[in-house]
Amino acid sequence: MNRMKLSFSALSENESFARVTVTAFIAQLDPTMDEITEIKTVVSEAVTNAIIHGYENDPNGEVYIEVILESDDTVHIIIKDEGVGIPNLEEARQPLYTSKPELERSGMGFTIMENFMDVVEIETEVNKGTTVKMTKYLSKNKALFN
Amino acid sequence: MSLHIDLEKKQTVLLVRLTGELDHHTSEQLKTKIEMELEENDVIKHLVLNLQSLSFMDSSGIGVILGRYKQIKKRNGEVIVCSISPQIKRLFEMSGLFKIIRLEESERNALETLGVA
Repeated sequence: MNRMKLSFSALSENESFARVTVTAFIAQLDPTMDEITEIKTVVSEAVTNAIIHGYENDPNGEVYIEVILESDDTVHIIIKDEGVGIPNLEEARQPLYTSKPELERSGMGFTIMENFMDVVEIETEVNKGTTVKMTKYLSKNKALFN
Repeated sequence: MSLHIDLEKKQTVLLVRLTGELDHHTSEQLKTKIEMELEENDVIKHLVLNLQSLSFMDSSGIGVILGRYKQIKKRNGEVIVCSISPQIKRLFEMSGLFKIIRLEESERNALETLGVA
Protein backbone atom coordinates (compact mmCIF):
# COMPACT_ATOMS: atom_id res chain seq x y z
CA MET A 1 0.00 0.00 0.00
CA ASN A 2 1.13 3.55 -0.74
CA ARG A 3 -0.60 6.70 0.42
CA MET A 4 -0.47 10.48 0.04
CA LYS A 5 -2.36 13.36 1.62
CA LEU A 6 -2.71 16.90 0.44
CA SER A 7 -4.66 19.98 1.45
CA PHE A 8 -5.01 23.40 -0.14
CA SER A 9 -7.07 26.61 -0.09
CA ALA A 10 -10.48 26.49 -1.78
CA LEU A 11 -9.36 28.58 -4.75
CA SER A 12 -10.31 27.76 -8.32
CA GLU A 13 -6.69 28.15 -9.50
CA ASN A 14 -5.87 25.07 -7.39
CA GLU A 15 -8.18 22.81 -9.43
CA SER A 16 -5.50 22.20 -12.04
CA PHE A 17 -2.87 21.70 -9.30
CA ALA A 18 -5.08 19.02 -7.70
CA ARG A 19 -5.60 17.15 -10.99
CA VAL A 20 -1.93 17.17 -11.88
CA THR A 21 -0.74 16.17 -8.40
CA VAL A 22 -3.16 13.25 -8.02
CA THR A 23 -2.38 11.86 -11.48
CA ALA A 24 1.38 12.27 -10.90
CA PHE A 25 1.08 10.13 -7.76
CA ILE A 26 -1.00 7.47 -9.54
CA ALA A 27 1.43 7.39 -12.51
CA GLN A 28 3.57 4.84 -10.64
CA LEU A 29 0.85 2.23 -11.29
CA ASP A 30 1.27 2.88 -15.01
CA PRO A 31 -2.38 3.67 -15.84
CA THR A 32 -3.54 3.99 -19.47
CA MET A 33 -4.01 7.44 -21.06
CA ASP A 34 -7.78 7.02 -20.79
CA GLU A 35 -7.52 6.16 -17.09
CA ILE A 36 -5.37 9.26 -16.50
CA THR A 37 -7.95 11.45 -18.25
CA GLU A 38 -10.79 9.88 -16.27
CA ILE A 39 -9.00 10.40 -12.95
CA LYS A 40 -8.09 13.99 -13.85
CA THR A 41 -11.73 14.68 -14.69
CA VAL A 42 -13.22 13.19 -11.51
CA VAL A 43 -10.68 15.01 -9.30
CA SER A 44 -11.59 18.23 -11.08
CA GLU A 45 -15.31 17.59 -10.53
CA ALA A 46 -15.03 16.78 -6.83
CA VAL A 47 -12.61 19.65 -6.07
CA THR A 48 -14.79 22.11 -8.01
CA ASN A 49 -17.83 20.94 -6.03
CA ALA A 50 -15.93 21.47 -2.76
CA ILE A 51 -14.95 25.02 -3.78
CA ILE A 52 -18.23 26.20 -5.32
CA HIS A 53 -20.80 24.32 -3.28
CA GLY A 54 -19.01 23.18 -0.11
CA TYR A 55 -17.28 26.48 0.63
CA GLU A 56 -19.42 28.72 -1.62
CA ASN A 57 -16.22 30.24 -3.00
CA ASP A 58 -14.81 31.20 0.39
CA PRO A 59 -11.01 30.88 -0.06
CA ASN A 60 -10.56 30.37 3.69
CA GLY A 61 -11.97 26.89 3.18
CA GLU A 62 -9.58 23.96 2.97
CA VAL A 63 -9.91 21.07 0.50
CA TYR A 64 -8.43 17.72 1.57
CA ILE A 65 -7.35 14.94 -0.78
CA GLU A 66 -6.12 11.50 0.13
CA VAL A 67 -5.03 8.92 -2.42
CA ILE A 68 -4.36 5.27 -1.59
CA LEU A 69 -2.75 2.90 -4.07
CA GLU A 70 -3.09 -0.81 -3.46
CA SER A 71 -0.76 -3.49 -4.76
CA ASP A 72 -3.51 -4.97 -6.94
CA ASP A 73 -3.71 -1.67 -8.92
CA THR A 74 -6.75 -0.38 -7.08
CA VAL A 75 -6.85 3.40 -6.61
CA HIS A 76 -8.84 5.09 -3.85
CA ILE A 77 -9.35 8.86 -4.01
CA ILE A 78 -10.96 10.68 -1.11
CA ILE A 79 -11.86 14.35 -1.51
CA LYS A 80 -13.23 16.16 1.52
CA ASP A 81 -14.48 19.60 2.47
CA GLU A 82 -15.70 20.99 5.77
CA GLY A 83 -18.29 23.20 4.15
CA VAL A 84 -22.05 23.52 4.08
CA GLY A 85 -22.90 19.92 3.15
CA ILE A 86 -25.59 18.71 0.74
CA PRO A 87 -29.17 18.90 2.10
CA ASN A 88 -30.63 16.50 -0.49
CA LEU A 89 -28.02 14.05 -1.74
CA GLU A 90 -30.35 12.01 -3.93
CA GLU A 91 -31.36 15.15 -5.83
CA ALA A 92 -27.74 16.32 -6.12
CA ARG A 93 -26.73 13.00 -7.73
CA GLN A 94 -29.31 13.31 -10.52
CA PRO A 95 -27.84 14.09 -13.94
CA LEU A 96 -28.27 17.77 -14.91
CA TYR A 97 -29.38 18.78 -11.41
CA THR A 98 -27.65 21.87 -10.09
CA SER A 99 -28.30 24.01 -7.06
CA LYS A 100 -26.56 26.91 -8.80
CA PRO A 101 -27.99 27.29 -12.33
CA GLU A 102 -27.15 31.01 -12.25
CA LEU A 103 -23.47 30.06 -12.27
CA GLU A 104 -23.96 28.02 -15.46
CA ARG A 105 -23.23 24.76 -13.69
CA SER A 106 -24.11 21.80 -15.91
CA GLY A 107 -25.18 19.49 -13.08
CA MET A 108 -23.05 16.69 -14.55
CA GLY A 109 -20.37 16.44 -11.83
CA PHE A 110 -21.63 13.38 -9.93
CA THR A 111 -22.78 11.68 -13.15
CA ILE A 112 -19.26 12.00 -14.57
CA MET A 113 -17.74 10.65 -11.33
CA GLU A 114 -20.07 7.65 -11.45
CA ASN A 115 -19.27 6.98 -15.10
CA PHE A 116 -15.51 7.26 -14.79
CA MET A 117 -14.98 5.46 -11.47
CA ASP A 118 -15.97 1.96 -10.34
CA VAL A 119 -17.28 2.99 -6.91
CA VAL A 120 -18.49 6.43 -5.74
CA GLU A 121 -19.62 6.94 -2.15
CA ILE A 122 -20.70 10.29 -0.79
CA GLU A 123 -20.98 11.15 2.88
CA THR A 124 -22.46 14.52 3.71
CA GLU A 125 -23.87 16.40 6.65
CA VAL A 126 -25.35 19.87 6.58
CA ASN A 127 -22.93 22.43 8.08
CA LYS A 128 -20.28 19.72 8.59
CA GLY A 129 -19.15 19.04 5.06
CA THR A 130 -18.95 16.46 2.31
CA THR A 131 -16.60 13.55 1.63
CA VAL A 132 -16.48 11.87 -1.77
CA LYS A 133 -14.81 8.44 -1.78
CA MET A 134 -14.05 7.02 -5.19
CA THR A 135 -12.41 3.77 -6.23
CA LYS A 136 -11.03 2.75 -9.59
CA TYR A 137 -9.70 -0.66 -10.56
CA LEU A 138 -7.04 0.01 -13.17
CA SER A 139 -7.45 -2.04 -16.35
CA LYS A 140 -4.49 -4.29 -15.56
CA ASN A 141 -6.54 -5.98 -12.84
CA LYS A 142 -10.02 -5.31 -14.21
CA ALA A 143 -10.54 -8.90 -15.33
CA LEU A 144 -10.54 -9.97 -11.68
CA PHE A 145 -13.58 -7.86 -10.88
CA ASN A 146 -15.71 -8.35 -13.97
CA MET B 1 -1.89 25.13 -17.28
CA SER B 2 -4.32 27.80 -18.35
CA LEU B 3 -6.66 28.50 -21.24
CA HIS B 4 -5.79 30.50 -24.32
CA ILE B 5 -8.76 31.89 -26.22
CA ASP B 6 -8.40 32.94 -29.83
CA LEU B 7 -11.37 34.83 -31.31
CA GLU B 8 -11.99 35.51 -34.98
CA LYS B 9 -15.02 37.05 -36.65
CA LYS B 10 -16.12 35.79 -40.05
CA GLN B 11 -19.22 37.71 -41.13
CA THR B 12 -22.06 36.23 -39.03
CA VAL B 13 -19.83 33.68 -37.33
CA LEU B 14 -17.74 33.97 -34.20
CA LEU B 15 -14.92 31.42 -34.41
CA VAL B 16 -13.33 30.50 -31.08
CA ARG B 17 -10.18 28.38 -30.90
CA LEU B 18 -9.33 27.02 -27.46
CA THR B 19 -5.88 25.92 -26.31
CA GLY B 20 -5.18 24.43 -22.88
CA GLU B 21 -7.60 23.42 -20.16
CA LEU B 22 -11.26 24.36 -19.74
CA ASP B 23 -12.34 23.95 -16.12
CA HIS B 24 -14.25 25.97 -13.52
CA HIS B 25 -11.32 28.39 -13.14
CA THR B 26 -10.93 29.13 -16.87
CA SER B 27 -14.58 28.82 -17.95
CA GLU B 28 -15.33 32.26 -16.48
CA GLN B 29 -12.78 33.83 -18.86
CA LEU B 30 -14.35 32.10 -21.84
CA LYS B 31 -17.83 33.22 -20.83
CA THR B 32 -16.75 36.86 -20.45
CA LYS B 33 -14.84 36.96 -23.76
CA ILE B 34 -17.64 35.47 -25.86
CA GLU B 35 -20.30 37.57 -24.14
CA MET B 36 -18.34 40.75 -24.86
CA GLU B 37 -18.02 39.86 -28.54
CA LEU B 38 -21.73 39.10 -28.81
CA GLU B 39 -22.67 42.35 -27.09
CA GLU B 40 -20.46 44.43 -29.35
CA ASN B 41 -21.43 42.66 -32.58
CA ASP B 42 -25.13 42.30 -33.26
CA VAL B 43 -24.29 40.79 -36.64
CA ILE B 44 -22.94 37.59 -35.07
CA LYS B 45 -25.45 34.74 -35.25
CA HIS B 46 -23.38 31.57 -35.04
CA LEU B 47 -20.64 30.23 -32.81
CA VAL B 48 -17.97 27.75 -33.91
CA LEU B 49 -15.80 26.21 -31.20
CA ASN B 50 -12.58 24.65 -32.41
CA LEU B 51 -11.40 22.29 -29.65
CA GLN B 52 -8.42 20.82 -31.47
CA SER B 53 -5.85 22.10 -28.93
CA LEU B 54 -8.03 21.71 -25.85
CA SER B 55 -6.18 19.18 -23.70
CA PHE B 56 -8.69 18.95 -20.84
CA MET B 57 -12.33 19.75 -20.15
CA ASP B 58 -14.69 18.92 -17.29
CA SER B 59 -18.36 19.63 -16.55
CA SER B 60 -17.65 23.34 -16.04
CA GLY B 61 -16.87 23.40 -19.78
CA ILE B 62 -20.23 21.80 -20.49
CA GLY B 63 -21.91 24.49 -18.39
CA VAL B 64 -20.23 27.39 -20.16
CA ILE B 65 -20.95 25.93 -23.63
CA LEU B 66 -24.62 25.39 -22.68
CA GLY B 67 -24.80 29.01 -21.51
CA ARG B 68 -23.46 30.27 -24.87
CA TYR B 69 -25.86 27.96 -26.72
CA LYS B 70 -28.74 29.73 -24.95
CA GLN B 71 -27.41 33.13 -26.08
CA ILE B 72 -26.90 32.01 -29.68
CA LYS B 73 -30.33 30.40 -29.80
CA LYS B 74 -31.88 33.80 -28.99
CA ARG B 75 -30.26 35.06 -32.22
CA ASN B 76 -31.68 32.09 -34.12
CA GLY B 77 -28.14 30.89 -34.73
CA GLU B 78 -26.26 27.66 -34.36
CA VAL B 79 -23.40 26.40 -32.17
CA ILE B 80 -20.95 24.01 -33.84
CA VAL B 81 -17.97 22.23 -32.27
CA CYS B 82 -15.17 20.81 -34.35
CA SER B 83 -11.88 18.92 -34.06
CA ILE B 84 -12.93 17.36 -30.78
CA SER B 85 -10.80 14.68 -29.03
CA PRO B 86 -12.33 11.28 -28.13
CA GLN B 87 -12.06 12.12 -24.39
CA ILE B 88 -13.96 15.39 -24.71
CA LYS B 89 -16.42 13.82 -27.14
CA ARG B 90 -17.30 11.32 -24.40
CA LEU B 91 -18.25 14.17 -22.04
CA PHE B 92 -20.43 15.77 -24.72
CA GLU B 93 -22.18 12.45 -25.31
CA MET B 94 -22.67 11.80 -21.60
CA SER B 95 -24.39 15.14 -21.10
CA GLY B 96 -26.48 14.99 -24.29
CA LEU B 97 -24.92 18.13 -25.76
CA PHE B 98 -24.97 16.74 -29.30
CA LYS B 99 -28.77 16.96 -29.27
CA ILE B 100 -28.43 20.75 -29.52
CA ILE B 101 -24.87 21.34 -30.70
CA ARG B 102 -23.68 20.15 -34.09
CA LEU B 103 -20.40 18.26 -34.42
CA GLU B 104 -18.18 18.79 -37.47
CA GLU B 105 -14.89 17.11 -38.21
CA SER B 106 -12.88 20.22 -39.01
CA GLU B 107 -13.04 23.99 -38.72
CA ARG B 108 -13.23 24.19 -42.51
CA ASN B 109 -16.25 21.88 -42.61
CA ALA B 110 -17.95 23.87 -39.87
CA LEU B 111 -17.40 27.19 -41.62
CA GLU B 112 -18.47 25.76 -44.99
CA THR B 113 -21.82 24.62 -43.61
CA LEU B 114 -22.39 28.17 -42.38
CA GLY B 115 -21.41 29.59 -45.76
CA VAL B 116 -18.40 31.61 -44.57
CA ALA B 117 -15.45 29.36 -45.51
